[in-house]
Amino acid sequence: MAFAAFATSEAQPEAPKKKSRVAFFLLLPGILYLILFFLTPLISLILTSLQQPAEFGDVGEYEYAFNWQNYVVVIQDYLPHILRSFGYALVATVFALLFSYPIAYFIGVKARRWPLLQSLMLVLVIAPFFISFLLRTLAWKQILSDESLIITSLKALSLLAPDAHFTGTPFAVIFGLTYNFIPFMTLPLYTALERLDTRYLEAGSDLYANPFTVFRKITIPLSMPGIVAGTLLTFIPAAGDYVNASRDFLGGPDTQMMGNVIEANFLVLLNYPAAAALSIILMAAILVLVGIYVKRSGTEELL
Amino acid sequence: MTSRPLPQDPMIRALIAQARRAQVNRRTMLAGAGAGATALALAACSTGGAAAKPTPAADKSDTDKTLNWANWAAYIDEDDNGNYPTLVQFEKETGIKVNYEVAVDDNNTYYGKVKDQLALGQDIGADTVCLTDWMIARWIRFGYGQKLNHDNIPNLANLTPSLENPDFDPGREYSVPWQGGFAGICWNTEKVPGGLESVDDLWNPDLKGRVGVLSEMRDTIGLIMLQNGVDISGDWGDDEFTTANDILAKQVEDGQVRNIKGNSYLEDLKNEDTLAAICWSGDITVLNAEAGDKWQFAIPSAGGTIWNDNFIVPIGSPRKTNAETLINYYYEPEVAAEVAAWVNYITPVVGAKEAAIAIDPALADNQLIFPDEQTLSQTSIFRTLTPAEEQKYQAEFQRILLGS
Repeated sequence: MAFAAFATSEAQPEAPKKKSRVAFFLLLPGILYLILFFLTPLISLILTSLQQPAEFGDVGEYEYAFNWQNYVVVIQDYLPHILRSFGYALVATVFALLFSYPIAYFIGVKARRWPLLQSLMLVLVIAPFFISFLLRTLAWKQILSDESLIITSLKALSLLAPDAHFTGTPFAVIFGLTYNFIPFMTLPLYTALERLDTRYLEAGSDLYANPFTVFRKITIPLSMPGIVAGTLLTFIPAAGDYVNASRDFLGGPDTQMMGNVIEANFLVLLNYPAAAALSIILMAAILVLVGIYVKRSGTEELL
Repeated sequence: MTSRPLPQDPMIRALIAQARRAQVNRRTMLAGAGAGATALALAACSTGGAAAKPTPAADKSDTDKTLNWANWAAYIDEDDNGNYPTLVQFEKETGIKVNYEVAVDDNNTYYGKVKDQLALGQDIGADTVCLTDWMIARWIRFGYGQKLNHDNIPNLANLTPSLENPDFDPGREYSVPWQGGFAGICWNTEKVPGGLESVDDLWNPDLKGRVGVLSEMRDTIGLIMLQNGVDISGDWGDDEFTTANDILAKQVEDGQVRNIKGNSYLEDLKNEDTLAAICWSGDITVLNAEAGDKWQFAIPSAGGTIWNDNFIVPIGSPRKTNAETLINYYYEPEVAAEVAAWVNYITPVVGAKEAAIAIDPALADNQLIFPDEQTLSQTSIFRTLTPAEEQKYQAEFQRILLGS
């Protein structure tokens, strides 16, 4: 009652209304940006994915239609690539988490007493970004090539079969993905762990919990936002990555991921509907997977 | 989630109501204010289907003395400091500043990058680009090239007669040859001292996982078809193509073939990921000069393919006359000889042989630059494909490149 009376009163709503117009104008550039650079391409992508080849058309000529069979065809043709993309991305995310957690823990918790060391290590984590990601991946291709010191030494030590090689294999692609996305995992983990109140850990051990239990019951739950953010920042781009698996970088013909299939359909086969349909499938699949993951890990407020 | 009751304080209630209204406003605005319609309209014009042919850009060569030239790797003379001597000379003679870019790694990927701008008649950032015959044929078919003014290219009289009237461009109205070459086989002479003779030798178990092939379908499949005894310039069809394609598919599946690449196959040869490969003739000479003399090229016993790369002026280039000046310059026999001596590809310029002898008499016998009748008889041109065949064969070939 009081509320209704309040709403009809004359003087008060005037000010907020003005504010909302200000808010609208402040939002305008953002909204226009989203319409122009997100909504438009998305609609264009959906329309393209439903195109059919133009009748008597030349290579790469398509016309608008409602050819939903495109989706069935690309799934039939490229199911292995779709599964491989998510498989590689998952493995790379797990490895990145395993490598990053100790680093982030050390920087964020152990190194608190030495701020200089802390910032130095953070710089080391970020330093690779100063060099182009393509160049770093190409450098790994050289470092891990067949006649390189690493591979020949491993062969000399009989750790690798004499005819084995590294570049062009799934290991190389997963290695590249893990390497390239480790900073994206480490930094969110660090920001979560940096705020970790170590008194909780002391309290845990005061209550006779062993270090592992303390880690499992206190450290992990408290760093969960960092873990979720880091895994998302790694998994999403890794699933769509096409550089590491590219035949020009660390991949070979049997390690091609979805990004490479989209690239080949778009640039070489000029099959734009197939490329568009695959892009939409990739987007939808990531959306669903991420939705389930966030729901299950109980951190909806992150999104 | 259960919604909490609103607080009693009227001020806070007003604020919450305001916030809710704002939310609704934003939503209704997105849906209602024609955002969807605008986006649709924008989307519709972004990817047109079969549109009208673009019109050439206005030429402003008179005032703009620059030129952007997109070309393949190791395809022009280069000195130790990374300068291009013939281009430096050209700049000195004409005052046209040339921006030479190694932008083409593969005909298809280059086309994929620029085709939307071409279709709209926009400047693609290159005023002339050198592409292979079949890709030039596509550009001409789609109207993506500008008609050349032969008055500006008097040296075109030096063009080798056999290249004057290709089926895709009779009279060379749109394209002019830059260099030609062979696709054949090459190997690392230190690691494979026995050498290779035929394409079948690439499938030798000793080379398992160390063989590279080209992502250029006409060269890789062409060589395998020749090995199968098919006349690739003649009348062949789906069966011959599929047989060759299946051979390659099996070798890739078995891990015999390490990788399938464009011009970057040179990197794999250099770091010895591959020890033998299907490759382009001149590249190997350049590679030997660059990274130690240890590779050898040969035309396979069953024959190799021969192709030409051609200058074309993209439809959106506003510097056509500058491009024509450049083409004319490279058709001077002395200049052509200088380039040929470095890149080791077949020069299309008559008189270059005589000029090359003046540089180095040994060059005249180099079969990669000045092939004689006998060498030419070992090579064939991959026949022109219809658009339907092109799509079909590329799809089959790509299936191998993408694996399963």
